[in-house]
Amino acid sequence: MQRYSAFAIAREALRHHTGWQRAWRSPEPKRRYDTIIIGAGGHGLATAYWLGKLYGIRDVAVIEKGWLGGGNTGRNTTIIRSNYLQDPSAAIYEKSRSLYETMSQDINYNVMFSPRGVLMLAQTEAEARGYRRTAHANALQGVETQFVSSWRVKQLCPIISLEGPRYPVLGALWQPRAGTARHDAVAWGYARACSDMGMDIIQKCEVTGIRSEGGQVTGVSTTRGEIECDRLGIVVAGHSGALADMAGFRLPIESVALQALVSEPIKPAMDVVVMANTVHGYMSQSDKGEMVIGGGADGYNNYTQRGSFHHIEETVRALVETFPMISRLKMLRQWGGIVDMTGDRSPIISKTPLGNCFINCGWGTGGFKAVPGSGWAMAELMAKGQSPLAEAFTLDRFREGRFIDESVAAGVAH
Amino acid sequence: MLILHCPCCGIDADETELTPGGTAHLKREGPGSSDEAFERYLFLRENPRGVHFERWRHAHGCGKWFHAARCTMTLEVFGTYSAQTHAPPREILDRIAERRPQERREVA
Ligand SMILES: Cc1cc2nc3c(=O)[nH]c(=O)nc-3n(C[C@H](O)[C@H](O)[C@H](O)COP(=O)(O)OP(=O)(O)OC[C@H]3O[C@@H](n4cnc5c(N)ncnc54)[C@H](O)[C@@H]3O)c2cc1C
Ligand SMILES: [Zn+2]
Repeated sequence: MQRYSAFAIAREALRHHTGWQRAWRSPEPKRRYDTIIIGAGGHGLATAYWLGKLYGIRDVAVIEKGWLGGGNTGRNTTIIRSNYLQDPSAAIYEKSRSLYETMSQDINYNVMFSPRGVLMLAQTEAEARGYRRTAHANALQGVETQFVSSWRVKQLCPIISLEGPRYPVLGALWQPRAGTARHDAVAWGYARACSDMGMDIIQKCEVTGIRSEGGQVTGVSTTRGEIECDRLGIVVAGHSGALADMAGFRLPIESVALQALVSEPIKPAMDVVVMANTVHGYMSQSDKGEMVIGGGADGYNNYTQRGSFHHIEETVRALVETFPMISRLKMLRQWGGIVDMTGDRSPIISKTPLGNCFINCGWGTGGFKAVPGSGWAMAELMAKGQSPLAEAFTLDRFREGRFIDESVAAGVAH
Repeated sequence: MLILHCPCCGIDADETELTPGGTAHLKREGPGSSDEAFERYLFLRENPRGVHFERWRHAHGCGKWFHAARCTMTLEVFGTYSAQTHAPPREILDRIAERRPQERREVA
């Protein structure tokens, strides 16, 4: 693999950038692989990466129906934080956040991780109490967060209006090491690292069936032919229901649209991420200067990757109240992704009723932050049959009533 | 914008007037049911890419519940019908069969 460095940029500048190589190969699928991962989003690629890196499993294909990173990975608003309430969540999200800190070095690809800090505003007394509780829980979990006053909020983000007519800002949960990263770069960087380990990333290849024999998975049918495997990982976010159907089981998941939008670029105006969960909106400023805006998920089952306009209106209305200066801003783009929602708003990293078939899904509105940690846990589960980080996130927790209730921490889509 | 005909008050309602209520025709479980049955009732969903039978409430209108058959891939609506049924009516099923001969249909 060609190494990226400041020196490489200088060298290429001198020869008119003629020496750059393709970042990953696009091979024809082989007839069989040791392991197949369905879905080349962040989670699928991270799973493949750690399978190769930590367990030496490199006879791997990552199969993608569209282009890599074209699902939710390339559609999200890139907030990375780990200030969840329950212990199993804090463990996996904090592992993930810490892996983001070294990701650019690990994979020699600049993912632009920016630990700029995330403020989650408390705008009702109940919310303030809830975030104080989260801060205490995080202290026990070893996650650095703090409940800060409204005065500190104003200091960290001067463009905010504390005296909102409906919901004044009473304080905030502040995670200084949280932040953002470049979403495409995460997918591209992992793809390049996987390809370098000899793995095949096969794009424009849709899985249309899952084959099994005696309760064990034997391969997949795809639009580019039959491919055999010993082990299968399903990592397809919003499309998990369809893949589970092919594998012969049902999931506690419903797929809905979640939208986001960005404004025209403006001069630097805020250098933290602000989430306002009571009024349903959040905002950060990208390095290009665009205001990146998101809100709540739409209400009904949907696979169209478009959302309802009135949800955008709700989000924007909430944010104009919170940040009056954005009221004249023009919006450049709006889009939607299909997110996989579970009943307790926690993910599933689990074995399945089909032997040697594993599933990683249910990250819903908030899985970008979890990409490296989720891949880490999924790879361990697939390689060793169990993973401490994934233990609580099994599929059978719904039958057993062992919920990991994050409906508060995940209150707004992020 | 999604527009659904409310069979209770007869109005074509914008989605802003309506509240979605999830999958329709679930079989309610009760005391004595197994864990598996409760899991199926409370959590497991078909979540189809295609025709979905679902519940809606005309929240900012007459306030009544009703059912709709809608495609989750295209948002095409095949019709709405009374909430006081255990299965989609014949005419809705016929309409779906006519417009979507390939569609596999399950009513959970
Ligand atoms: C608008 C929006 C904003 C968000 N904001 C945030 C945020 O700020 N912070 C955060 O942490 N998370 C956020 N999320 C959530 C986050 O984007 C997702 O949880 C995460 O990207 C999921 O990654 P994934 O790899 O599991 O899925 P995806 O990236 O969706 O990848 C799944 C892949 O599987 C492929 N696939 C599906 N079916 C098949 C098939 N049959 N055969 C082959 N391939 C198939 C798809 O094409 C897709 O590329 C947001 C999501 C959205 C939509
Ligand atoms: Zn009505």
